Amino acid sequence: MNNTKAAGQTRREKYEQHQRRRSMLIAAASTILVLAALVIFVPMAPGWEKVQKSFFNAAVLTKTFPKLLDAFVVNVMIFAWSAPAIAILGLFIALARNAKSPALFPLRIFGATFTDVFRGVPVILTVYLIGFGIPGLGLPRPWNSPFIWGSLALVLTYSAYVAEIFRSGIDSVHPSQRSAALSLGLTELQVLRDVVLPQAVRNVVPSQMNMLIALQKDVSLLSFIGPVEIFRQAGVFKSLFANFTPYVGAAIIFLIVTIPATRYADYLMARQMRERR
Amino acid sequence: MPKLKLNNVVKRFGENTVCSGVNLVVDQGQMVCLIGASGAGKSTLLRCINLLEPIEDGEIFIDGEDISIPGRNPQDVRARIGMVFQNFNLFPHMTALENAMLAPRRVRKLSKSQLQPEIENLFERFELADRMHNYPDQLSGGQQQRVAIVRALAMKPEVMLFDEITSALDPQLVGEVLDVLLQLKNQGMTMVLATHEMQFARQAADKVCFLKNGKIIEEGPPDQIFEAPKQVETQNFLARALK
Repeated sequence: MNNTKAAGQTRREKYEQHQRRRSMLIAAASTILVLAALVIFVPMAPGWEKVQKSFFNAAVLTKTFPKLLDAFVVNVMIFAWSAPAIAILGLFIALARNAKSPALFPLRIFGATFTDVFRGVPVILTVYLIGFGIPGLGLPRPWNSPFIWGSLALVLTYSAYVAEIFRSGIDSVHPSQRSAALSLGLTELQVLRDVVLPQAVRNVVPSQMNMLIALQKDVSLLSFIGPVEIFRQAGVFKSLFANFTPYVGAAIIFLIVTIPATRYADYLMARQMRERR
Repeated sequence: MPKLKLNNVVKRFGENTVCSGVNLVVDQGQMVCLIGASGAGKSTLLRCINLLEPIEDGEIFIDGEDISIPGRNPQDVRARIGMVFQNFNLFPHMTALENAMLAPRRVRKLSKSQLQPEIENLFERFELADRMHNYPDQLSGGQQQRVAIVRALAMKPEVMLFDEITSALDPQLVGEVLDVLLQLKNQGMTMVLATHEMQFARQAADKVCFLKNGKIIEEGPPDQIFEAPKQVETQNFLARALK
C-alpha cells in the first residue's frame, strides 16, 4: 500500500511487500517456462507442420473472418429473442412448481413434468425432434422456419434449467421475510410479488448469467436443422478451402463475446459472496 | 369488553404441543409482558394471535369478535394487529420509507403521495427522519428495529405484538428501542410483549404472565410476580433470570 514512502513502512507492510514481490517473480518465471516449453516442444511434434497449415492459416483466416462475423449476427439474433422468452417461461415454470393452492395442482404437475423432461433430454435431441418434427406437419411458410422451431427447442430446454435456478432463489429468501410481510396484512400474491421475488431474482443473477453464456454457445446447435449461423458458415468455408482455420476463427469470435461475459458473471458472483458474509 | 382475549388456545406442531390451553385477557391500552424460558411458547403464542400460525383449539377475540374461526380470511386481522420480530425482518431491497409504505399502499390502497406526510410524521416521531431513505443494511440494529416498529405502526394497528425485539441487539442499543415502547404505552397502544428484559417488564408492564411448557403458570401485576411469586416454577425461573 505504502510503496512510495518506504521509510514510513511498518514491519508488516515491509514483510507483505517482500512476499508480493516474491510471488510475482515466481508467477512470471513459471509462466515463461510453460510458454517456452509450448513454443519449443509443440513444433517438434511430427504432425505440427500439417496442423499449422490446416488450423492456423493466416490467409484463410483473413479471407473468412468478416463472413464469419456476419454469420455470428444470426447467432446474436436467435440469442436475443430466445433469452427473454426463456426468462419469462422459466419464471412461470418456477412459480408453477411452487404453487400451493389446490386449484393450481395441475400447474404444479405440469411444471414438474416440464423440468423433468427438458432437463433429461440432450439439447441436440430436443432441437432435432422439434426442429424437424413440427415443420414436418406441413405448416405453410413462414411457420415451417427452422428458426422458429429451433429457437423454441432452446427456449424449452433452457427454461427448465432457468426455472430450477429461480426456484432455488425463491427458497433462498428467508421464511421470516414472508412472516413479516404477511404480518402486515399483505396477501400471498402481494408477498410473492413485492417481497420474495425481488430478492429471489437478485440472488440468482450471477447463476443466470452463466445460463446466458451457455445459451450463446448452444445457439450453434441450431445449425444442425438449417440456419446458417457461425458454426455452419465455418463448416461451409472448411469444405471450400479444405482447411479447418474457419473453425478456429469461429472459436475466436465466441471467445471475444464469452470471456468478458464470464468475467462479469464471476465478478457478480464474487460480489454476492462478499455481501453475504 | 377486553381488547384482546385468548380462550384456551392450543397450538401443536405435529406431536409437539407448544401452547396447551392459554387463557389471556388484555384490556385496551394495557401492556402485557410474557416471560419464561426459551421454548416456553411465548413467540408461538404471538404468532397465533396474528394468525401466522393456525391454532388447533380455542378462540381468540378482538373487541369480542372471534378472529380464529378456521378458514377466516387472515389479512384484515393482520392489518389490525402489528407485529415486530426479534430479527427486525426489514425488506432489504427497500429503503426504510419504502418498507413502511408497502403495506399501507397495498392493503389500505393509498398512493405514495397520500401516505407521504403521515409516514414521514411517524419517522420524525421516532427520530428516524434522517434515516428514511437509507436501506436496512445502512442502519444500526437499534435503528432497524425502530424502523420495523414504524413499519408496523404505518398500518395504524389496534394491537401491537413484540417478539423479543431487543434480543438480537447490542446491549447499548436496547435502550433506544425500549424507549419507543414506553412512548407507545403513553399514547395508549395495546401491547403484548414476549421479552427477556425483566427490568423493563417490572417497570413498564401492567401485567406479567409467566409461561412454562405452553401454559401461563402465573400472572399478575409486575410487583406481585417479581416480589412475591406464588408458584414454585415462577420462583425458580425468576431466581435464575434476575441473578
